[in-house]
Amino acid sequence: MQPIFEATGISKSYGHILGCSNINLSLYSGEVMGIVGESGSGKSTLLNCLSAQIMPDQGEVIFRSPSRGEVDILKLSEAEQRYLARTEWAYVHQNPRDGLRMSVSAGGNVGERLMNIGNRHYGNIRTKAEDWMSRVELDTSRIDHRPSTFSGGMQQRLQIARNLVTEPRLIFMDEPTGGLDVSVQARLLDLLRSLVQELSLSVIIVTHDLAVIRMLADRMVVMKNGNVVEAGLADQVLDDPQHPYTQLLVSSILQV
Amino acid sequence: MFEISNLSKSFTLHHQGSTRIDVLSEVNFRVEKGECIALTGPSGAGKSTLMRMLYGNYLAEYGSIKINGEELVGAEPRHILSIRRHLLGYVSQFLRVLPRVPAIRVVAEPMIASGASPKAAEDRAIELLTRLRIPQTLWSLSPLTFSGGEQQRVNIARGFSHSYPAMLLDEPTASLDPDNRQTVLELIHEAKAKETAIIGIFHDQAARDDVCNREIKITALHTAKQVS
Repeated sequence: MQPIFEATGISKSYGHILGCSNINLSLYSGEVMGIVGESGSGKSTLLNCLSAQIMPDQGEVIFRSPSRGEVDILKLSEAEQRYLARTEWAYVHQNPRDGLRMSVSAGGNVGERLMNIGNRHYGNIRTKAEDWMSRVELDTSRIDHRPSTFSGGMQQRLQIARNLVTEPRLIFMDEPTGGLDVSVQARLLDLLRSLVQELSLSVIIVTHDLAVIRMLADRMVVMKNGNVVEAGLADQVLDDPQHPYTQLLVSSILQV
Repeated sequence: MFEISNLSKSFTLHHQGSTRIDVLSEVNFRVEKGECIALTGPSGAGKSTLMRMLYGNYLAEYGSIKINGEELVGAEPRHILSIRRHLLGYVSQFLRVLPRVPAIRVVAEPMIASGASPKAAEDRAIELLTRLRIPQTLWSLSPLTFSGGEQQRVNIARGFSHSYPAMLLDEPTASLDPDNRQTVLELIHEAKAKETAIIGIFHDQAARDDVCNREIKITALHTAKQVS
């Protein structure tokens, strides 16, 4: 079996400031990979390079697309990248406001993605939007309300519905539970985990919260100063960390 | 089923004066199908460390762990996950679950992960929860709200839901009342009858005598030294 996603030699600097350096990683179908590290370690830069939101200085990102076969993401035209990003990929932002259209109704936010890929039947689009709202545990009677009237946790679930409605294969998530209160976090993690299992999604998730990794990730990489310092099976890296930095990170978790 | 050779382990604590603690050195043993062996030795000797290594949760320093012929040491993470899904069950001492997930799903999950139908998994979960005397009113609740003994029983039900060819049991009878302890011993006997190879830690001597064929004694190395 070949990985669905393979990045080699990804490097990115901002002037003389290093973003990330010579990163290699691959992801198999149905796998969840966590990227952890403190602020400034380069994890968001890496995620943005992997998802073609910014162009790395060097490196190659191969995606084995179910519809198009093997593609080199960074060599696609912007229009092709955008199309891919809306269909076979998804990107869940930390702040739902970055991933939603706040002036459009909840149903419109979900339905828009379907229209982007050519769905035209209003009834079908609305039914599917309703279906996805209930799958992310949103009250479907609020389908015509704007997301600005939703709580933070509801907005985040709506963003997930908007992203998953086109049945993507690969999902990038940047701190999806950041900024949510703990009770909402647990519910969102449970939801994400069941969706990942049910739809056999491949996920790359950036977080500084090791509890999120513990609950969601199969594998993890630890970043420091733009480099990967440790990588492996998630529970093994958390329970038997080898690198000094990972040991520090794991031993710094407060017990409740 | 289990073939362990030259297995060694030490921990280096980089932030505590770079202390190196040698825990296991050159461990060799085999466990055959249908056999149950007990790891014995004083507290701190490295029994739990060995169990965690056998599950791929701790990294082996060198040596080899083969489960049904599949090498665990140095294996790709997804290969280890696949071994865990299909070959190797683990009943840890503590239940670790996601908040909000009902007990019945916690128990059914390993079966679904191994490819069973949701219906078959649920039937088996109900059977085990019933046998382990978890009241039906609790099945739809998260085990995080349960008592210690109830959590341990949910953990055991989860561990035994799928019939793995190999299993690791870390003190499965600790904190159980006599009836439930007896049920757990029956589950172990049933697994052995289905040719499951089992490695366990049992501080309960009577339980050990009841289910185990042999004992492997782990002696403490007790060597800690400063490096660099």
